[in-house]
Amino acid sequence: MRRLVALALLLSACGGQSGEYAQQSQIPPEAIQSGYTFLQPETQALQDDDFANPGFLWVDKGETLFNQIPETGAPACASCHAADNRPLSGVAAHYPVMDEETGKLMNIEARINACRERHQDLAPLDHESDALLGLTAYVASLARGVPISVNIDGPARNYYEAGKDYFFLRKGQFNLACSQCHNDNWGKKLRGDTISQGHGNAFPAYRMEWQTFGSLHRRLRDCDSGIRAEPLDYGSATYMAVELYLAKRAEGLAMESPGVRR
Amino acid sequence: MIRISAPDTATAGEIIELKAMIQHPMETGYRRDSKGETIPRNIIKQFRCTYDGNIIFEGEFFPGIAANPFLTFHARATRTAMIEFSWTDQHGERWSEERLLTVS
Repeated sequence: MRRLVALALLLSACGGQSGEYAQQSQIPPEAIQSGYTFLQPETQALQDDDFANPGFLWVDKGETLFNQIPETGAPACASCHAADNRPLSGVAAHYPVMDEETGKLMNIEARINACRERHQDLAPLDHESDALLGLTAYVASLARGVPISVNIDGPARNYYEAGKDYFFLRKGQFNLACSQCHNDNWGKKLRGDTISQGHGNAFPAYRMEWQTFGSLHRRLRDCDSGIRAEPLDYGSATYMAVELYLAKRAEGLAMESPGVRR
Repeated sequence: MIRISAPDTATAGEIIELKAMIQHPMETGYRRDSKGETIPRNIIKQFRCTYDGNIIFEGEFFPGIAANPFLTFHARATRTAMIEFSWTDQHGERWSEERLLTVS
């Protein structure tokens, strides 16, 4: 009986942790490194080779879709975004951004789907579908090498703060905040892996663990389930906010998408 | 999606490098989904490359091959001809792509 009481106390103590924050910590700007640095040489080689990098299967698909006139006869993405009209080179390095029409924060996936609805009269694509991943990968690949910089002024500020809040919030059965691995312990070993700094500059990326290509939100869901927290929905406002916070945190790092990660 | 890397031209006798990648899940049949149900095996069984109709490279795939299989191999350029890359999955579905090699 005493054991049961002790267990109940222990459980209530764990359950009561929600809403507590990890210590505020920061990676010094000169120490910021891409996740690429923490990969095995073989994985780095795979990302470096534009043929062997399997992410290009999705980039190729995205490029085809981008230039293709939809079956409905609606204009292709390329009809508006011609090289000299509204070029997309580099823009992915400045996402997510505030959408003026809805006043909401929007990542590339959300922008593509908004474009489909507003300008092409097409249904939005499903999260993690090959089509949406492909288009996102293609747009992101146009920004390869461009340093990340995002605007967090004005209405984006609230999202930035919310993303930061999530980053330092201790959550899940393991009661861990993102910062406890990626700010306080990067470079150390977590079983066989070296803990990265948790930057999103390679995403959407090909992950060995998935054996396929995936979005940053899929990666965040994996992190959340890794600490036994409830993963949030794809495209949720909180993950959008985290995406903005991560982009600001990684400012200056070059875009690597389509990256390869373990 | 299929990605092929093959030279357009070569001199007679030259050793050329050929690369081929195909998008495929290569599902092993050993994994289970979130409900505990077995995910059915879905793999490519065979890859074949022919040069002017002659097989120059062939491979039989098993569940141990990773998703999106990528192969690199070499051949000697002898005459101007088509190089055909083809994949056949366990259900007999076949995908192929051709490249013309001009030999001078």
